[in-house]
Amino acid sequence: MALGWYLAVSVLIFCIGAGGVLVRRNPLVILLCLELMLNAANLALVTFARMHGGEAGQIFALIVMVVAACEVTVGLGLLVAISRRNLPIDVDELHELNG
Amino acid sequence: MSPTTWGWLVLLFPLLGTIAIGLGFRTYSRAAGMIGTAAIGLAFVCAVGALISLLDRSGAHREVTSSLWNYDVSSGVDAGLQILVDPVSVFMMLVVTGVSTLIHLYSTAYMRSDEGYSRYFAYLNYFVLSMLILVLGGNFVMLIIGWAFVGAASYMLISFWYRRTTATGAGIKAFVINVLGDVGLVLGTFFIFRHTHTVSFLGSFAAAPHVFHTDSTDLVAGCLLFLVGAFAKSAQVPLHTWLPDAMEGPTPVSSLIHAATMVTAGVYLIVRLHPLFQIAPTAGEVGAIIGCLTLLIAGTIALVVTDIKRVIAYSTMSQIGYMIMGASAGAYSAALFHLMTHAFFKALLFMAAGSIIGAMAGSQSLDRMSGFRKAMPFTFACFVVGGLALSGIPPFSGWVSKDDIIAYLNNRGGIYEVLGILGYIGALLTGLYTFRMIFRAFFGDPSPEAVELEHGHIAHAEVPTNPANGEVEDVEVGFPGPEHAIAEREPAMKIAMGLLAVLAVIGGLAQLPGVDHVITGFLGSSLADAPLASAAHEPTTTSAWVGLIIGAIIGLVGITAAYTIYVGRVGSAARFQAALPWLHRFLVNKWYFDEAIDLLIVRPTLAIGRFTEAVLERIVVFGGVTGGVTGVVRSGSAAVRRAQTGLLRYYAAAVILGLSAVVLYFLISST
Repeated sequence: MALGWYLAVSVLIFCIGAGGVLVRRNPLVILLCLELMLNAANLALVTFARMHGGEAGQIFALIVMVVAACEVTVGLGLLVAISRRNLPIDVDELHELNG
Repeated sequence: MSPTTWGWLVLLFPLLGTIAIGLGFRTYSRAAGMIGTAAIGLAFVCAVGALISLLDRSGAHREVTSSLWNYDVSSGVDAGLQILVDPVSVFMMLVVTGVSTLIHLYSTAYMRSDEGYSRYFAYLNYFVLSMLILVLGGNFVMLIIGWAFVGAASYMLISFWYRRTTATGAGIKAFVINVLGDVGLVLGTFFIFRHTHTVSFLGSFAAAPHVFHTDSTDLVAGCLLFLVGAFAKSAQVPLHTWLPDAMEGPTPVSSLIHAATMVTAGVYLIVRLHPLFQIAPTAGEVGAIIGCLTLLIAGTIALVVTDIKRVIAYSTMSQIGYMIMGASAGAYSAALFHLMTHAFFKALLFMAAGSIIGAMAGSQSLDRMSGFRKAMPFTFACFVVGGLALSGIPPFSGWVSKDDIIAYLNNRGGIYEVLGILGYIGALLTGLYTFRMIFRAFFGDPSPEAVELEHGHIAHAEVPTNPANGEVEDVEVGFPGPEHAIAEREPAMKIAMGLLAVLAVIGGLAQLPGVDHVITGFLGSSLADAPLASAAHEPTTTSAWVGLIIGAIIGLVGITAAYTIYVGRVGSAARFQAALPWLHRFLVNKWYFDEAIDLLIVRPTLAIGRFTEAVLERIVVFGGVTGGVTGVVRSGSAAVRRAQTGLLRYYAAAVILGLSAVVLYFLISST
């Protein structure tokens, strides 16, 4: 079935994103990797919507985009705040909030 | 108006007085006395109204109840705000409001220079309200409410001069012992309620003969618990130790609460519950024996006490012993009659004592008083009238009423005859200690204070001190005030004492055997259902008169003995004391009741308290219960806290690993 390839691409992108989140230390890159994961999820949603012939999955994809836009706004805002305070641009250095 | 309407009005005026004085004390500090007196005076007028409207009814219809609302009617309880107007409660209402009005009047002069003048009248009105709730209550719940209220009022008034450590201590003591009595009353009510299934008096009394057989266990237990309440409130052995200490309060308070009204509540309780005591003769015997013991013990202690107010306090205990003895034996109308005459002459004695204390600049010691006869003729006359009535000398009121009780006891026979004869010994003691007090305070060489008063001014202490322990008084608050009041100079005190003196003289004429029977006739319809109050148990006119003559002779013997000891042969008291030092020590220490209670109850309780504090609280509760719980929570959270590294990528890894695990689980389980 042709739709299987779309899912394979989606899984590939998701894994690249997840791997990026886990191995990179620059918060900007982590945000980019998060976007990759979200878009992989969107691709899977649209694929399944196509597979079942319904609209629900496509609408979910739109909502995920809205959420992703919000998330990027907040994330970039944090990033700007970090750099304004001359804090290190490195998530491993920013670990004061521990138990 | 119906009797119950008058009854509600009797309660309303003291309530309004309390609220008005209590809330507005800053606005009209000096008018508080007038407001308080007027409120109680109006209550007295309404009590007379209740009497008149009750007399319009025939004997069988003289028990009227009225209920404003119900507190609780579920599961068989029928507790309402209910009053019962019958001859007994109207009689008590008249005595309480009448004597209270006079004492309020007396207080307006006596307490004039006190800083807490309006606080005093707010308390005093509150006390009268509580006492009226007690005597008017139509069910056990109202009785218990009134019972507890008078205890609270008594506490506030004993500790009125709250900067005196002795006064606050005495207030706490009185309150604790009275609460013991409250507990007895509540538990006794449960014993009765369990069987009669109603808390109303009339309902319980109607049901009692059907649900209890004579001397059945629960009934006797209930009645004995009621007696505990009565003993605590009426200062009977062994719960009497608070009353002498209660003399720390202002003298008018002693006069009102600790002589005329509140302490007689125990007698009222027995008379009110007489349908129950009728079928529990064992409880009646216990009450009569305790009453008799009290009258003898108190009489002997009064022989050696040197504080004038305490002598009168012990004499109050002794006279209430007579009433409790009479009421327990079945002489209900005689006990209430003695309650009334006692209220007159004992309030009078306290007022006269207050007047002397004023002239002594606050000192209460008989050792320092002497020769006031010329300086204070009016006080002297009142004191003698009160003393003669107390000793039972004809034709004064105490003569008729006390011997009424003893004649009934002798007529009933058996153990009661022994108690009656002991009552005569008590009468001898009464004459002796009363006139010891009079001869020591008024006869002999005038003391410096008396000499000063003869020259026209009242003695004042340079530095006011607490008469009980000599501590210097705090003159800003909680202090009797710099000006002393004596009856000779204060018309208000003179009127109150004069009226009471007249009543103390003629009060007994209400019930001379064979001549008239106002009290028995009026109370008769309330007591009609009591076999012990029937004509078969009442002494005949002849035997009553024989008793009266014996009583008069015994009283005169007591007075003569006092005259010989304290006036005729001065110094014989000291010789007695030297001859029998152990007896004197025993009596001065009040039969060691305080020490015995301390040893048997206070110390063991404290020891148990210390033990539980050291073992239960520190080791079990702090160490085991709270320590264990906090330890578990603390070590658990220490373990979990390690997972919170603060490293973002660990968290991400944890989320991804977790999700992967879930996905894998579902994949494996779905195939």
